[in-house]
Amino acid sequence: MTATLAADPSASSAGSDVVLSLEGVTKEYPTTPPVRALRGVDFAVTRGELIGVVGPSGSGKSTLLHIMGTLDRPTAGEVTVAGYDVADLSDKDLSALRSRHIGFVFQQFHLLSGYTALDNVADGLLYTGLNVRTRRELARRALLRVDMGHRLHHVATKLSGGERQRVAVARALVGSPSIVLADEPTGNLDTKNSDAIVELIHQINEEGVTFVVITHNPDIAEAFPRTAGLRDGRIEYDTGVKR
Amino acid sequence: MSKSNGLVPSKLHAADAVRTASVGLHTRKLRAALSALGIMIGIAAMVGVLGLSESSKSDLLAQLDRLGTNLLTVQAGTGIGIGSGELPAEATGMISRIGPVEQTSTISSVDANVYKSDYIPEGQTGGITVQAVDVNLLDTLAGSVADGKFLDEATATYPTAVLGSVAAERLGIREVTGTQQVWLGDQWFTVIGVLDEFELNPDLDRAALVGMTTSETFLDHETVPSSILIRVDPDYVDDVTAVLSATANPQNPEEVEVARPSDALEAKEAADDAFTALFLGLGAVALLVGGVGIANVMVISVLERRSEIGLRRALGATKRHVAVQFLGEALLLSAAGGVGGVLLGWAVTGVYANIRGWTTLIPPLAIGGGIAAALVIGVIAGLYPAIRAARLSPTEALRSA
Repeated sequence: MTATLAADPSASSAGSDVVLSLEGVTKEYPTTPPVRALRGVDFAVTRGELIGVVGPSGSGKSTLLHIMGTLDRPTAGEVTVAGYDVADLSDKDLSALRSRHIGFVFQQFHLLSGYTALDNVADGLLYTGLNVRTRRELARRALLRVDMGHRLHHVATKLSGGERQRVAVARALVGSPSIVLADEPTGNLDTKNSDAIVELIHQINEEGVTFVVITHNPDIAEAFPRTAGLRDGRIEYDTGVKR
Repeated sequence: MSKSNGLVPSKLHAADAVRTASVGLHTRKLRAALSALGIMIGIAAMVGVLGLSESSKSDLLAQLDRLGTNLLTVQAGTGIGIGSGELPAEATGMISRIGPVEQTSTISSVDANVYKSDYIPEGQTGGITVQAVDVNLLDTLAGSVADGKFLDEATATYPTAVLGSVAAERLGIREVTGTQQVWLGDQWFTVIGVLDEFELNPDLDRAALVGMTTSETFLDHETVPSSILIRVDPDYVDDVTAVLSATANPQNPEEVEVARPSDALEAKEAADDAFTALFLGLGAVALLVGGVGIANVMVISVLERRSEIGLRRALGATKRHVAVQFLGEALLLSAAGGVGGVLLGWAVTGVYANIRGWTTLIPPLAIGGGIAAALVIGVIAGLYPAIRAARLSPTEALRSA
């Protein structure tokens, strides 16, 4: 099944090139008093990696994900995604960057309730300019890849939590992004479904997809090939690739 | 738009823009229907009012066409200090000698009352007058007979009467059998006909009409004209009007009233126009309220769908794409309301025009204008919510989920 579906040529060649890097990234929210969510984070993700970022709530996990995903800009420091320096890009360029190079998986799945699994996944390509036929075909393949081939035409609301998250993973994969960022992907799932999603992430990563998974659950994070600990806006530890 | 940095810009096909704009309608059908309803009522009111006004106007034109606008009436002036209430006996003859006059018909009020029978007390006249008329009256007034027949040269010399529509009803005569009699001026008169309503001279609806000769022979009436009906060449209506009073009564032209009955119909229509303007105003208010409704729904929609906005930004939507989606949604709502309103207005006009026996006419301007107005309202109502949605930062939108 997987052989024909590893559509991203860059993902299949396991080089050591950097997909994403943060250098001295600081994020300060201009509240009173100002909140420093990130304090000088240095972090690099190499193609094909699967990294767990773990930290308690308030450690700056969400901010880190937003900055890595170019949904927000750092107050200071340098962010490079897929070779692009975020500081050089306009808002519009960042949208283009996200549509081509970054996939997101959210805790709340964020599926459109009235639409089928296939349409939801195809929406992952909505802003790429591909025509609808191609989008649907790629969506179908992405759903097969997450073992959801039997649920293509099920409306999102009729799916179980685990199935919804699989659809969301497929949506993140459908554009063959350079990197997939997952924000507490198991946060809304029971243990069984949670294990299944973690298993799926491992499996997809083995196909060559680069993953950063943010979680508060150390068990999940530490099972990944590389684990980074975040506390008070700083990288407390980074195991590097364990094996 | 291509950038030197080599990034392929985000792009949303037009068809997909429409599809994303319909997401909200798809998932919240009842709310969408209700908010479109406001616009629909406003547009329907405006289209209906314009349609009804147009239909009734066309009916009036058809009516005027049928009745002619070239009928003039000359009447003895009434009121304090204005003459005897009679025209000179030779007035008809003099008027008929005015060049463009095509036809004249004289009416002479008879001092008599009509009763159903001789047992009816004298005071209960029913408000019915007796008029001696020429046999060409029906032709001159473009009137018609409901039942029986009108006076002719023969019956105009016998004690026979033709009843106006109201008079016939008050005397209890619906169908003419040829044997019905009425007690008229202390004699029995045979009813030979009942007339339809006169559109140009409603006074005659409440009259019993007898022939000139009959009135002289049987009612001892001196046939002095009380009013004269004149058909003139349509091109010379104003010229004839100018000389009419002097011709009818050269000694006292100021005692003569000249009128053009079709003017009354046109005046009535002008009064209707004032109402049309009023109802159009009401329609505009309804439309405005409908627009506020849509704006309200859109603002709520943006608040409720923050996470969807965040998701779309994460998937690569630009601010513009988000704005287009919400503006598009407002436009779809208002367009649905506009089209629905035009159809409803059309239907209302059709039903009412049908009841009144008019031809249904909707001015194309009302249709085009109705839909255009709805779309303009949609843009105005959707603009603010759309801009708000576009300005929402992606992180904030995602966090609120």
